Amino acid sequence: MELISNLILQGVQMILVLALAPGLTGLVRKVKARLMRKQGAPVLQPYRDLARLMRKEVVLATNASWLFRTSPYMIFAATWVAAALVPTFATGLQFSWTSDLIALVALLGSARFFLALAGMDAGTSFGGIGSSREMMIGTLAEPAMLLVVFTVALVAGSTQLSNVVVYMASGEVGIRVSMGMALIALIIVAVAENARIPVDNPGTHLEVTMVHEAMVLEYSGRHLAMIELAASLKLLLYMSLIGCIFLPWSIAPASAGPSAMLFGFASFFAKLVAGGVLLAVFEISTAKMRVFRVPDFLGVALMLGLLGTLLLFVSRSL
Amino acid sequence: MIEIAAGLALCLLALSLAAAVVRGLSTASAFVYGASALLCLVLAIVGIWMLVTQAAEAEMRIPVGLPWLGAHLRLDALSAVFLTLLGVGGAAASIYAIGYGQHEHEPHRVLPFYPGFLGAMTLVLLAADAFTFLLSWEIMSLLSWALVLTNHRADETRSAGYLYLVMAGFGTMVLLLAFGLMAGAEGGYDFAAMREVERSPLLAALVLALMMVGAGSKAGLLPLHVWLPAAHPAAPSHVSALMSGVMTKVALYGFIRVVFDLLGPVEWWMSVPVIVTGAMTAVMGILFANVDSDSKRVLAYSTIENIGVIFVALGLALAFRSNGMEALAALALMAGLIHAMNHMLFKSLLFMAAGAVLNATGRRDLDGLGGLIHRMPKTAVLALIGVTAIAALPPLNGFVSEWLLFQAVLQSPKLSQPGLQFLVPAAGGLLALAAALAAACFVRFYGVIFLGRPRTDAAREAVETDRWSLTAMGGLAGLCIMAGVLPGGLIDLVAPATEMLLAARLPAQANNDWFTLVPVAEVRSSYSGFLVLLFIAISGGASAWLVHRFASRKLRRAPAWDCGFPNADPVTQYGAGSFAQPIRRVMALMLDANETVVMPPPGDMTPARHTIRTKDLAWSRIYVPLIAAINTAATRLNALQFLTIRRYLSLVFGALILLLTGLAIWN
Repeated sequence: MELISNLILQGVQMILVLALAPGLTGLVRKVKARLMRKQGAPVLQPYRDLARLMRKEVVLATNASWLFRTSPYMIFAATWVAAALVPTFATGLQFSWTSDLIALVALLGSARFFLALAGMDAGTSFGGIGSSREMMIGTLAEPAMLLVVFTVALVAGSTQLSNVVVYMASGEVGIRVSMGMALIALIIVAVAENARIPVDNPGTHLEVTMVHEAMVLEYSGRHLAMIELAASLKLLLYMSLIGCIFLPWSIAPASAGPSAMLFGFASFFAKLVAGGVLLAVFEISTAKMRVFRVPDFLGVALMLGLLGTLLLFVSRSL
Repeated sequence: MIEIAAGLALCLLALSLAAAVVRGLSTASAFVYGASALLCLVLAIVGIWMLVTQAAEAEMRIPVGLPWLGAHLRLDALSAVFLTLLGVGGAAASIYAIGYGQHEHEPHRVLPFYPGFLGAMTLVLLAADAFTFLLSWEIMSLLSWALVLTNHRADETRSAGYLYLVMAGFGTMVLLLAFGLMAGAEGGYDFAAMREVERSPLLAALVLALMMVGAGSKAGLLPLHVWLPAAHPAAPSHVSALMSGVMTKVALYGFIRVVFDLLGPVEWWMSVPVIVTGAMTAVMGILFANVDSDSKRVLAYSTIENIGVIFVALGLALAFRSNGMEALAALALMAGLIHAMNHMLFKSLLFMAAGAVLNATGRRDLDGLGGLIHRMPKTAVLALIGVTAIAALPPLNGFVSEWLLFQAVLQSPKLSQPGLQFLVPAAGGLLALAAALAAACFVRFYGVIFLGRPRTDAAREAVETDRWSLTAMGGLAGLCIMAGVLPGGLIDLVAPATEMLLAARLPAQANNDWFTLVPVAEVRSSYSGFLVLLFIAISGGASAWLVHRFASRKLRRAPAWDCGFPNADPVTQYGAGSFAQPIRRVMALMLDANETVVMPPPGDMTPARHTIRTKDLAWSRIYVPLIAAINTAATRLNALQFLTIRRYLSLVFGALILLLTGLAIWN
C-alpha cells in the first residue's frame, strides 16, 4: 500500500513540476514587466510559446550533427529527473534514494555539459562564446553549490534530500549562522545557474551580453521548446530546493493524509509565487554585470559556503 | 595463482626478447601485440579470480638476485586489484595496438620494449622484497623511457626523454632511501621482515615523505609532475595510454603498499601533507589541462589531476586510520582504489581516441582539428563516453568514485583533530573545483576536436580508424558504463584489498535493491547509477517519442544563423585558445598567464598579434632556479679539474683529516 501511494506521489510530483515550470517563468516575466510599468505578456504565455515552438519545423544548421539533435532531449531528461527528486509538497517520494544532493548537483552538471557541447556543434562563434562562458560560470557555481551541500549535510547528518527535509522540519535545527550563509550562497548560485540578472540576461536581444541564449542560438522548433522547458524546470528546481531545505514545515511527511497533502501542495504553490515575485524584484533592482565580474559574485558564494562549513566545525550549534 | 602470475610476467619479458629477434618481419607487430593482449587478459583473469574466490595470499621465492635474499614474490588482495587493473589496461592497449601498430613508421623501436614494459610492471606488483621491487621498478622506468624515445628525431621528444630519465633516476634514488630506512639496522629487505619492525613516529614520517617524493614523482604529484606532460604524449598513443592509465597506478601501488601495509601505524599529522599535496595537484593539473592546446598533453595534465584526487583519498584514509576509524578509512581507500580503476578505463580510452585522431589527421594540436564527429562517427561516440566519464558526470563511472570520496569527506566531523576538521572540507571544496574544471576542460577537448567545422584539410579528409582500435575503445567504453551503472560489483571486487590493509570493508553492495550504492547507511546517502540511467533513458526517450508523434517532425537544413553574420572561414569558430580565455582570465594568478596584444600603427597593413603565454609555475619557480644553481655550482667546481698534483694530494689529505675528525667526534 505504501509502495503504491509512494509511486503515485512520485508520478504526481513529476507531472506537477512539469506543469508548473513554464508558469513560474511566465510569472517572473509578468511581475518584472509590471514593476517596469509595462503591460507584460500573460502569465500563461510560456505555455503558448512552447506549443507554438513544438508545432514549428526545425531549421538545422548544415553542419549540425546527431549530438545537436539529441542533446535537447538528454538535457530535458536530466533536468526533469533532477527536478522530480526534490521534495515539493511531500517527502515520501518512491525514488528519492536514487540520488542524493551531490548526485543532484552532478545531474544538473550533466545537463550543462551537453548544452555546452551542443553550443559548440554548429561551428559558430556565438555558440562557442556561450559555451565557454557557461563552463566558466559552472566551474565556480558548482563548487559553491557543493559547499552548500556540505553545510546542509553536516547539519542534517545526511545528503539524502528526504531525510534532510524531515530533519529540517523537526525543529531541532533552530536558527543557525551557518544555515544563513548557506542560504545566501545557494541563492547566489541559483541566480547564476538560471542565467538571471546580474549574471546573465534572459530577456536581452544583444547577443554579446548573453551566455545561455548565445549557446542555444542555433536551436529552433521542438528542440528549442525542449531546451526552454528544461530551463524553466531548472528554475523551479532551485526554488523548490531552497523551499524544501529552508522552509520545510509545510511539506507533508511520508505517511500523511490527503489534507496534509493538499496543504503541502497549496504551500508549495505559495512558495513558488513568493519566490517568483522576489526574483523579479531582485532582477529589476540590479544591473547586469560584466562577464569578468561574475567570478567575484560567485566567489562570495564560494566563501560563504566554505565559512558555513567551517563554522560548523567550530561549534555544532552555530 | 602466484606461479601463473609470475609465469605471465616472465612470458612478457621473454616476449620482449622474441620481439627483438622477429622485429623485422611484416607480421611481427600483430604477433607481439596479439601475444601481449592474450597474456594481459590471463593476468586480468588471475587477478579477478584471486579477488572473487578471496583466496589466501601466496608467496614464492626464486633463487635469483642477491644470494642471501633471492627474489620474493607475493600475490595478495592488493596486488590482485592492481594486477586486474594492469591486465585490463594492458589488454586494451595491446588490442588497440594491433591496428594502430600498422601505421607505425618504425615498429622495431617499439616492439622489443613493449611486452617487457608490461612484464616489468607485473613484477613490481608481485615483488615482496625491496631488491626485486626496485629492480622491476627500474626496468619499468627504463623500458618506458625507451618507448618515449620512439620518435627520437623530434627535438621535443629528446628533451622529454632526458627530463624523464633524470626524474625517474631521482625517484628511484629516493625510493632506495625509503626502503633503506624501512629495513633498519638489521637490513631486512624482505617485505615480511619490514612489516615486523617497530618504527618511531619520526622515522615513519620520513619514510612517508620519501615515498611521496619517490612514488609521487612517477605518479605525477605536484611539483614533481613536470616530466609527465612532456613524456606521456611523446610516446606512441597505445604507450601513452599505458603510461597514463597503468604506470601511474603502479606508482600508486608502491605508495599504498609501503604506507598502508609495510609502514605500520602513522600519526594523524602525516596525513596532512598527503591531503594538501593531493588537492593542490588536482586543481593545478586540471587548470593546466584547461589552457593547453595539444590534445595528448591535455590528457596528460588531466592524469595529474586524477592522481591528485586519488592522493586526497589516500590521505583521508590515513587520517581516519590514525583515529582508529577503520570503517571510514576503508571508505576513503575504496574511493581511491575505485578512482584508480576508473581512471585507467577512461584515460586509456581517451588516449586511444586521441591516437586515432592523430593517425587520421596527423595532428595533435586542437586548433588544427574540428568536425570529426562527421568523419569519424564511431570514434566520436566512444570518445563522448570517455569525456562524460572523466568529467565525473552521472551515470558514468567517474562520478561514482568522486561521489564515494565526497561521502568520505563528509565524515570528517568524526575526526578528533581540529586541524584535520578544517582541512578536509577545504580539500573537499578544492576537489569540487577540480571536478567542475574537468567538465570545462573536456567540453573544450571534445568540442574543439569532434564538433564544429573542420579547421584544416587534414581534418576535412580524415577517415574512421580501424576495427582493432574500435574494438579496444569499445571495450573500455563498455566497462566505463558498466562500472558507472553497476558500481556495487566493482566495489565488492576491490573490498578484499581494504579488508587486508585496514581489517575493514564497506558493506557488501551486491544485494542492494536496484544496484544502489549505500556506503555507510541508507539514511545518510545512497546513489543508484542504474536507476539514474534508466530514468534519463525513459524520460528522454518518451519525450522524444511524444514530440515526434504528436507535435512536429519536420526538419530543414539551412546555413547556420549565427545572428545573421555567419562567416565561412572555420577560423572564426571558437578554438582551443578562445574557449580557455574565461578560465585563463579568472585563474590568471595560478597560471601565471600573460596576454599581449600588438597593434600595428594606423595605416600599417601588418596584422595585429595576440599572444598568450602560460607557464607551469612549478617549472618557473622551482626547476629553473634549481637548474641554474646546479649549473653555477658545476661551473665553479669545474676549476677542480685542472689542479697541480701537489694540490690534489693536499685535497685528498684534507678530506682524510676531515673524515677522521668526524669519525672521532661520532664515537
